[in-house]
Amino acid sequence: MPPRRCDHVAIAPRNTSLAPGPELEDEQEGEGALAVSDRERMRELLPAIEPDRRIDDWGRSERFEGVFDATLVEFFYRYWFRCEVEGVENVPADGGALLVSNHAGALPPDAAMIGKAIRDEHSHPRPLYMTVEHFFKGYPGFSALLPKIGCVPAHPANVHRLLYDEGQLVLVFPEGRKGTEKLVKDRYRVQRFGRGGFVEAAMRAEAKLVPVCVVGAEESAPIVARSRLLERVTGLLYFPITPTFPWLGPAGMLGYLPAKFKIRFLEPIDTTRMGEEPAEDKALVQSVAQEVRARIQENLHEMVSRRKSVWLG
Amino acid sequence: MSDGVEVVAERPQRRRVLITGLSSYWGGRLAEALESFAEVEAIVGVDTRDPTRELERTEFVKVSNQHGLIQRIVRAARIDTVIDARLVVDSITTSRQRAHENNVIGTMNVLAACAGEGSPVRRFVFKSSAHVYGAAQNDPGFFTEAMTRSQPPATPIERDVVEAEASVVDFAGKQKRVDVTVLRCANVLGPDVRTSFAKLLSLPLVPMIAGFDPRLQFVHEDDIVHALEHATVNRIPGVFNVAADGVLALSEIVGLLGKRPLPVLPPWGAGLLNVPLRALRVQIPPEMQGMLRFGRGIDNRRYKASGFEYGYTTREAALAFSEHLRLQPILRGVESSYTYEGEVERFLRRSPLARPPRPDGEESGTAQEPFGI
Repeated sequence: MPPRRCDHVAIAPRNTSLAPGPELEDEQEGEGALAVSDRERMRELLPAIEPDRRIDDWGRSERFEGVFDATLVEFFYRYWFRCEVEGVENVPADGGALLVSNHAGALPPDAAMIGKAIRDEHSHPRPLYMTVEHFFKGYPGFSALLPKIGCVPAHPANVHRLLYDEGQLVLVFPEGRKGTEKLVKDRYRVQRFGRGGFVEAAMRAEAKLVPVCVVGAEESAPIVARSRLLERVTGLLYFPITPTFPWLGPAGMLGYLPAKFKIRFLEPIDTTRMGEEPAEDKALVQSVAQEVRARIQENLHEMVSRRKSVWLG
Repeated sequence: MSDGVEVVAERPQRRRVLITGLSSYWGGRLAEALESFAEVEAIVGVDTRDPTRELERTEFVKVSNQHGLIQRIVRAARIDTVIDARLVVDSITTSRQRAHENNVIGTMNVLAACAGEGSPVRRFVFKSSAHVYGAAQNDPGFFTEAMTRSQPPATPIERDVVEAEASVVDFAGKQKRVDVTVLRCANVLGPDVRTSFAKLLSLPLVPMIAGFDPRLQFVHEDDIVHALEHATVNRIPGVFNVAADGVLALSEIVGLLGKRPLPVLPPWGAGLLNVPLRALRVQIPPEMQGMLRFGRGIDNRRYKASGFEYGYTTREAALAFSEHLRLQPILRGVESSYTYEGEVERFLRRSPLARPPRPDGEESGTAQEPFGI
């Protein structure tokens, strides 16, 4: 058995002689190879957010998010993109679930729209935590704002804690920036799905995987070109040239074209019935990741083929 | 007096405790607290400076960081529990060389004094710091004890802390008979302790780095003392994080203190800010710069699982600190009259002319015999 199955891959267990030895195994303090009961105990010890606080431990601000949701997101969701949602009941009403979506748009609007869809259309509205690149934590402005609306850095330990310990909804974009920086000519081609880390995370946390397809984001902020020079000057991950950016300044990032959005939540995939410690089975992880990608791609093709107009749906 | 060297863990045993760094804030607080513990039979404190607190039954020995001398004390007094509370974690409190001398060389010496054939030490508690995790862009939201930092340490204090902890880990691996407990404490906040963070937060407008609102986690000073007590009287080998419940955004803390954030510090070149800030008697030490940008969250559940209960959340610690800030202008000057009368204490303790107080009077601890050396 690996020494720490409750954790994640990126951070290797510290090879210390302080790690509990066999002598400590029978005591509850032992953290190496936490038994299921111990993991549950740790879950119980999770501190609750004090009632007086308006910000949670991830930095999510109820007030800030409320204002953001009632203004910008509401406007884009209802009037600009006129979001149409299918299968929102596939999002579990409780417990941890990992939503996996395709990703597009220079400053991608898809995450906020998926979050809004769950808040507005689901019978049990729940907050959605959106994973973003670590890069944003180091970029002034983004660093202060993104956590306030529910973004967390895409660290495997963060995803695990949210899914397993807190039982929250987490949204990941396995394509990462490969999805958002792709040019408009490559639209709706789902890029490579990383190394399947999201599948491992869901398996370790015994959470369901919910594939999500978003149509419309590609056309709302089409990237016609990228500028290497400006990328270097601004220190951004990539510097997109869109119909409005950088021509209208930073606000041009929000100059989305009014494409019709369609969001489809697919049938959840249960990771708990994949045998003992499925996360250790790399072949299984890869095949599940490919399966999720294939389902999203297939549904995207179907949704795009039925679409009569990019703008009217 | 028990000679319990071979009978560890067989029956509840009264501890004979050595506290290193007795004159540091934590050493003094801990000694003061342990004096009221019935489980603690004897307390010896060593330091290079005189103690700063009035201690009744603690024996103070002024000694340099020489392992030979400390070893003699450990063996002669049959010390079974050593609490190493010396670590310097705030680089503004002392010079770089002194901090290194204390943190790295000092730790090596204390460990050497506890090692060796026939050493009576069976429990070693090391007060470490969350500096071992650092504060960087790629960090997880909550560090657990099994995680390592995502960047190699770049500041002298962090390097020292990492190195000191590594030598403790090495000691734990070699000394199988000693239960080693390492407590990685988060930044402290409370009425008493003066830290760089406390100074920054006591400014009327709290400067923040523009475009950043780090998540910060503190721990109340009383909780650190209780955490050290917990490790002294219970057998809990291993590494533990000590941090209060709740990770707060810096802006949230500033709001709790009834102050206003002032996001003026430039995101890069934070070293330059020290010049204008020094005029305000505030310094941002290098190890704090990462905290002001990225913050740090720590998973405190493992220590709770060992039976420890925190008295304060991060929010409550911030509120306690804010009460102190409001009282400070009124109480200023009162604290300075409080000093430790070492000479008087020594007279009362040693001189045959001084009679022990009556049982109905003060604690009879002052009359305790010196150790049979």
